[in-house]
Amino acid sequence: MTGLPAAPAHLAVVRPGALTTVQDLGRAGQAHLGVPRSGAADRRSHAFANRLVGNPESAATLETTVVGCAVRTDADRWFAVAGAPCPVAAGGRAVPFGAPFLVRAGETVELGPVVAGVRSYLAVGGGIAVPEVLGSRATDLMSGLGPAPLAAGAVLPLGPAAAAPDATGAPPPGLARGPVLRVTPGPRSGFFPPAAWELLRAHAWTVLPASNRIGVRLDGPALPRTGGDALPSEGMVPGALQVPPNGLPVLFLADHPTTGGYPVIGCVHPADLPHAAQAAPGSALRFRIVPDRW
Amino acid sequence: MNLLAAGPFGILAELASAAEVRALDAALQGIRADEPDIEDVVPAARTVLVTFRQSAAGAKARSRIAALLPTLRPAADGGGAPGPLVELPIRYDGPDLAEVAELCGRSAREVAERHSGTEFTVAFCGFAPGFGYLTGLPEELQVPRRAEPRTSVPAGAVGLGGEYCGVYPRSSPGGWQIIGTTDAVLFDIARTPAALLAPGTRVRFREADT
Repeated sequence: MTGLPAAPAHLAVVRPGALTTVQDLGRAGQAHLGVPRSGAADRRSHAFANRLVGNPESAATLETTVVGCAVRTDADRWFAVAGAPCPVAAGGRAVPFGAPFLVRAGETVELGPVVAGVRSYLAVGGGIAVPEVLGSRATDLMSGLGPAPLAAGAVLPLGPAAAAPDATGAPPPGLARGPVLRVTPGPRSGFFPPAAWELLRAHAWTVLPASNRIGVRLDGPALPRTGGDALPSEGMVPGALQVPPNGLPVLFLADHPTTGGYPVIGCVHPADLPHAAQAAPGSALRFRIVPDRW
Repeated sequence: MNLLAAGPFGILAELASAAEVRALDAALQGIRADEPDIEDVVPAARTVLVTFRQSAAGAKARSRIAALLPTLRPAADGGGAPGPLVELPIRYDGPDLAEVAELCGRSAREVAERHSGTEFTVAFCGFAPGFGYLTGLPEELQVPRRAEPRTSVPAGAVGLGGEYCGVYPRSSPGGWQIIGTTDAVLFDIARTPAALLAPGTRVRFREADT
């Protein structure tokens, strides 16, 4: 794309879909001020989509939810879609999922409903260039930071398209059916009897429809607790399996609160979180307990 | 100090008191410049969470810090220099002031005077960006949270909950007993720093002249 004049470029939102947000790698380092990290729920697919169009991982993409979205570009740009597989069209013609494609000024890119998973990532050469808030362009739905979810007619600025597309790297592993996520015990494993661990390990947990970017809500047998002692608020990590009084774990995703007062039985390995972010309501998640050492 | 695992890139250090939390937090801030693989240091009521970058270097830093943490002896005085002092104007006009006064066996005026005569310290932040849990609340003003949380508490509401006082940075649901209102802006993304209160900040409420 070198040689083109660097005219300001934009995406116009034609169809916002159910919930489409701007996401990047989030705003780490500010949890002590009560600012959640946020960022792409499936960071691996976000990074892969960016790489396909020649962007750094930190560039902002669009994260869709289940039903896709449609945007029109006013400049020639490379696009790519990764994450939850879905039909993709540009200018009315079908284009490949998981590979870069060139879109001409005035054409509309359409992401259809996902065929599996929850969240697709649409990357554009140059990235979505909405202003940063506290060092990130990510929409944090819990704290209300970053741009509002996409609405019809909204216009998003694009950054300068620098690099060429790059389809040489290996794609990330596809979505697993019935994924088994690694869980390391703690920090509050001591609050739970062996029976709770056995249930956590043996049960196929159902993803509830109330799941969102804050956390995946799981249905299954209530996990028993050893003591009923209240726990003062403590810091939370992404992947934490927090167990509220009803015994049904909540698996924290990108927009999770910085602190919480329910005990965390174990934490899902960050490398397995993309599977949690792509687990559709009604699907099953299983856990494998692995040791942790430092 | 009790060290607990919080995922492969996290350590939760459990401490005996809020003062020890303050001290460990201060000690960790002191080494952060030399530890670029530390991502977040999150003090809370009785714990400090340290998280690391999700990489091989982050995992190494976690092992190193896990060995180092027990040697970071919390100083008896809470450690470090006192934090900056922030004065928040307040009107004691909260909908729960009368109930708080009754629970405390004092008049509303006495509650206001005792509250505005107290120097608080931000023990930690959480719940929402810019929400500080203020410690130092005199025991006679410590009241339980409301049995029925409100679905909406306005920005600037000053509340009491257990051993803490706090100010709602923006309108949100909330269960604390609201005793007053401040016009101070607790969190403003257009300001640097965005958060008025950070762990260690000292806070005084000054009653607005009426």
